[in-house]
This record gives sequence, C-alpha cells and structure tokens, in this order.
Amino acid sequence: MEMEKQETYDIMAVCLLAGKIMLQSGAETYRVEDTMMRIASSFGAYQSHPYVTPTGILFSVEGNEPTKTKLIRIVERTTDLEKVAQVNGISRRISAGEFTIEEAYKELKKIGESGSPYSVWIHVLAAAVSSGCFLIMFQGEWRDFFPAFITGGLGFLSLMYFHQLVPIKFFSEFSASLLIGLQALFFVTTGIGGELDKIIIGSVMPLVPGLLITNAVRDLMAGHLISGLAKGADAFLTAFAIGAGIAVIFSFF
Amino acid sequence: MTIVEQIITSFIASAAFVIIFNGPKRSLFHCGLVGMIGWILYFLLETNGVDMVLATVIASFTIAIASQYFAKKYKTPVIIYSVAGIIPLVPGGIAYNAMRSFVENDYNLAINLAAKAFMISGSIAIGLVFSEVINQIIRKSKLKTIVNKTH
Repeated sequence: MEMEKQETYDIMAVCLLAGKIMLQSGAETYRVEDTMMRIASSFGAYQSHPYVTPTGILFSVEGNEPTKTKLIRIVERTTDLEKVAQVNGISRRISAGEFTIEEAYKELKKIGESGSPYSVWIHVLAAAVSSGCFLIMFQGEWRDFFPAFITGGLGFLSLMYFHQLVPIKFFSEFSASLLIGLQALFFVTTGIGGELDKIIIGSVMPLVPGLLITNAVRDLMAGHLISGLAKGADAFLTAFAIGAGIAVIFSFF
Repeated sequence: MTIVEQIITSFIASAAFVIIFNGPKRSLFHCGLVGMIGWILYFLLETNGVDMVLATVIASFTIAIASQYFAKKYKTPVIIYSVAGIIPLVPGGIAYNAMRSFVENDYNLAINLAAKAFMISGSIAIGLVFSEVINQIIRKSKLKTIVNKTH
C-alpha cells in the first residue's frame, strides 16, 4: 500500500514537471493537458484530471486510494519552442514504454534546466533581420532597411536588458518601445531613414504579442475560458505597453 | 519584382522569428517555408482586392494545413510551424496605427482600426481552428482514435 502511494506521487511529479516546462515555454493549454494525461495513463494512472491555466497547474489522480491532488504555480513564462518539442518527444517515448518513471523525471529535469539553444547575440541578430524584412513586407522602401535593422536589434537587446534589470514585463516592454521610437525618430530627423511609421512598425514586430493573441482566441474557442481570458489580458497588456512607449514619443514629436 | 522581394523577406522573417522563439534548429527551414507560403498567399489575395479578413482566414487555414503536414512528417508539435506562419499575418501595423490615432485624439479612426485588428487576429485563430477541426474529422472517420478512447 505504502509502495503504491509513493508511486502515484512519482507519476504526479513527472506529469507536473512535464506540464510546467511546457507551459513555461509557451505551449497551448490543450497540449499541456493532453501531454500530462498521456504520461499519467502510460504509467498506469488512467484517471487523471489536469487543470491548466497560464499561472498555475492543478493536477489530480484518481485510483484505488483516495484521490491525490497537487498544485504548482507558474510565475515566469517565456517562449521556448525547442523545449516544447523536446517534452513532446519525451512524452512520445514514455507512451512507447521506453522510460521508467525515474528515467523520465531525470530526462525532463535535464530539459528544464537546459538553456536557450541560441546565444543572446543570435537572438538580437534575428530580431534585427526580421525587423528589416518586416519593413519590406509592409511595403517600406529599401533605404529604410538599415534603420529598421538597427532599431529592431537594439530594441530587442534593450528589452532583454531591461527585463533582467526589472522583472516586470510591462516596464521592460514599455522602455524597449520607447527606445525604438527614439531611434526611429533619430534616423528620420537625420535623414538616414525615410518613413517613421514603417520603421517603427517593422522594429516593434519582435515585441508584438502575436502568438499570445492567437493562442488566447484559440483557447477561448476550445472552451479553456480562464486560460483564454488570462492570455488575452497578458497580450493586451503587452500591446498597451508597446503602444504607450511609442505614444510618449509621438506626444513630444 | 515586388513578389520576389516579398518571397525572400517573408521567408527570412519567419525563420528569424523562430530563432527569437527558441525553435529547434532543424525546423528553421520548414518554418521559413510555412511563413512564406502564408504570407505570399495573403499578399496576392490582398493586392487583388480580396477583403483583408477573408484573405487572413484563407492564409492562416493554409498555414495550418502546411504546419500539420510538417508536424506529422517530423513528429514535432504543430505550434512550432504555425507560429512561424502566422507571425507575418499578425496585425501589428494596424494595431500600431490604432494606437497612434488614440494618441492623436482621433478616436473614431482609432476604434475603427482597433476593431479591424481584433477581427484579423480572430480570423487568424478561425483559420487555424478550422483546419484543425477538419483534420480531426478526417482522422475520426478513419476510426483511428477509438482505441485511445477506451480507457
């Protein structure tokens, strides 16, 4: 009896760790719930109920013994698709019976502790390149490519820097977009850049919460009402921060 | 000429976005491809006078189908490909103009644009969900999922 109880807790620990990594890395709500249930049932816990919201996971397992429930808080959320893919792979292998509970836990822990596959500078470069490309996609002129490239790259770098300085998302996004606005203004007033609007739109694209907005609407449609509303609020706050940062520049301009 | 420009830039922008989102390195090329397909379709429809919302639905529907294809082929979550695909469609420019109009006290235009941005993000989601539903219907009609439903 004692043995079995321990095992249920171990199963729950594995499921919660998997769910936590996925949720922190930006997976959709249904995917997190689905993965947790699959892992639980492949370890023999057929009756499990994950309840996933962006800020916490509630998980309970029914069995012969009294139902066990656990709650974990999620504070930090980023987007790390590599981790989502890795946990997904682990879940597939668990379903195929390749892992014991302990091995699975160790493997997941390794994924959770691993850093980003790209360095900071690659991120900044990617943001810079995508800013420039977005400028062209939104019918900007080629002479604005360079200003957008610099503005987008430095904007993204400052976002990461400010986020380290003050761990409040709103402020880092606000400050980053403020900086983007200032740089774009600088380029246009010195005559290097042409269209202020296009440069700013291209440069803020790496900050825009596109993934969140779309995930929010999808969650709402799938019936995950709490998650949908929470993600919507998160996305709105980000959009508002970006808008406010740019708005400050315009009110001086 | 413009179309070549758009093809190249949308490919690079989508792939670069996957790097920002820490996507797996081996899927960068496919992500770029998905993003490019979606954007070019949207671009062609929009420049030929199709309504923005409808063009977005069609483009995101196509993106979702392409994403599901790649996800199945390479056994990775759909989200990796669909994120790359939808990023160019996200109404960043409209949202920006809405915000700008708010600041300039032009509330009529601002609400107008904000509603449009909301409609477009809704239609991105509709396109994605639509293709998912169709995918599920096809799978269910093959009676594959019954085995999983028993316990």
